[in-house]
Amino acid sequence: MSVQTTGGAAGAPPTERTARRRRGREADQAARGPGGSRAGSHLFLLALVLYFVTPLWWLVVAATKSNSGLFASSSSPLWFADDFSFVDNVRRLTTYQGGIYWTWLGNSFLYALTAGVGATLLALLAGYGFAKYRFRGRNAAFALLLGSVMVPLTALVIPTFVLLAEVELVNTRWAVILPSLLSPLGVYLVRVYTQDVVPDEMLDAGRVDGAGELRLFFQVALPLLRPAIVTVLLLSVVATWNNYFLALTMVRSPELLPITVGLANWQALSSGGAGGETLWNLVVTGAFLSVLPLVVAFLALQKYWQSGLALGAIK
Amino acid sequence: MTTTSTTAGAERATSSPHRTRSGRIERNRQRWGWFFLTPFALIFLVLLVVPLGYAFWMSLHTSTLAAGESFTGLANYERAFTDPLFLGGLTRVGAFVAVMVPIQLGVALAAALVLDTLATRLSRFSRLMIFVPYAVPGMIGALMWGFLYSPRFGPATDLFGLVGATAPDFLAPGTVFGSLVNIVTWQWSGYYMIIIYAALRGIDPSLYEAARIDGASGRQIALRIKVPMISAALVMVVVFALIGTLQFFTEPSILSNVAAGAIPVHYTPNLYAYGLAFSYQQFNYASTISFALGVIVFAFSYLFLFITRKRSGLNS
Repeated sequence: MSVQTTGGAAGAPPTERTARRRRGREADQAARGPGGSRAGSHLFLLALVLYFVTPLWWLVVAATKSNSGLFASSSSPLWFADDFSFVDNVRRLTTYQGGIYWTWLGNSFLYALTAGVGATLLALLAGYGFAKYRFRGRNAAFALLLGSVMVPLTALVIPTFVLLAEVELVNTRWAVILPSLLSPLGVYLVRVYTQDVVPDEMLDAGRVDGAGELRLFFQVALPLLRPAIVTVLLLSVVATWNNYFLALTMVRSPELLPITVGLANWQALSSGGAGGETLWNLVVTGAFLSVLPLVVAFLALQKYWQSGLALGAIK
Repeated sequence: MTTTSTTAGAERATSSPHRTRSGRIERNRQRWGWFFLTPFALIFLVLLVVPLGYAFWMSLHTSTLAAGESFTGLANYERAFTDPLFLGGLTRVGAFVAVMVPIQLGVALAAALVLDTLATRLSRFSRLMIFVPYAVPGMIGALMWGFLYSPRFGPATDLFGLVGATAPDFLAPGTVFGSLVNIVTWQWSGYYMIIIYAALRGIDPSLYEAARIDGASGRQIALRIKVPMISAALVMVVVFALIGTLQFFTEPSILSNVAAGAIPVHYTPNLYAYGLAFSYQQFNYASTISFALGVIVFAFSYLFLFITRKRSGLNS
């Protein structure tokens, strides 16, 4: 809660403030409309919050328990046990199998950032090209792009695996990064957004002043496209960070795995029963720590994504 | 905006015959479009068009130890569409679509409509909390719910004990379907809610005022004005949910580690294809399954967009 309020108050630009004032006024009107059901509405929201937060609360609590504490019936699964083992768990994460957990976390960062930045760059260039130039074959190319939004990317994983195996790229970092660069939806969003915020007149004025097409893109268009950049970056970083199927297929060596596949292996090992080690406390604490960066990023950056995620929806 | 750009285009088109020289410069300039497009087009070609084509090529061949790889035409498709494991998986994801998509859309729409009428601290806090699961990888979400469902780790035994009942086994063959629906609903409803909410915020509020003067109630405004106005966003949410659900893989895969027996290896078409490829080395048949699934997903989302084409903004 405190995170949320400070995030909202700190450095809110004037436009944000006026928007909030406008929202406040609307809300007053709306409140007058439905008449007296505000308590009911809030109750409904509280019930939803309870549902959506409980699993995360469980994760926070469980990350502080030891292996036996997770099973113990003396403490509720939704409340802390008497012994606080969080530090112990983190220490064990650092030593177990030579601290491979941190390698996985680092891999996830690497994959998400490189693929995210790469996909965003490609989408920016292509989306801008679609929006601002009427080249031959544009309509056909755009139709192809729209069609590809509906191609399920998992259907490509197995053939891509076989192809990458032939050029010996399987089980390398490239096998995860390259397929993640593909973001047809990103291109679509940038195109829609560019049409909205980059006027042709502005580009033409720049041309009259002798600016080249590249300079127009970098110095005129890019600053205007900032919200779209943040959105596409966020979408592609999250998509890569969360991806499981692709990495599961492409990478075998433990030191190349992202956190999702690594933890799944530990989970499978633990539930294997006989012979398998029980790493439940490591799985849980590892899951908790791995969730933190993205959750914190979303809470801190809410100003950007809240309007941005709906770029395509408003059109 | 679209209208202005088309008029600008029309102007250019009509002026070019008169001044051929500037017309040529103009045409040269438009070639820059391809320049901007090229990096993405390369990735698109190498990592989408080629794999799709290759999947199709592989699906038309069969490799055997004795004869190596040989052309077998549509035999793999004949096998797939008479394979009870593939058809079973397909039916199952179809059932998931039928149950899961309306539930997610319902939760997201209800939450967004309620949030739209409120501007309180609690409503802002709720919006954020409902969205947070989007930041959690599907694999971790499934892992967490796996713990919560577990009779050994989870709170269900205690909670049901409070009212003197015994908790159902959430990981049994009969209940695991509902358990998976719950995981995905938890994971994605918040994201869809944000899309719908942002679309609601884009409506001009003076419309509500006019409706209120005409005596419309809050519920009528929500159902008769707000919902029709945001139909493009709703269509988009359904398409996202549809495509995601038909590709179901991560959640059943993770849950199968703790629900021994309830989730077989052919539970969904993607799980089946993965197993065929990496447990049995049947890459040709796995590609057939992948390609068939891809075509089915494409056909269904296209069909849906076609039916709702007047409402969706995708054809602009």
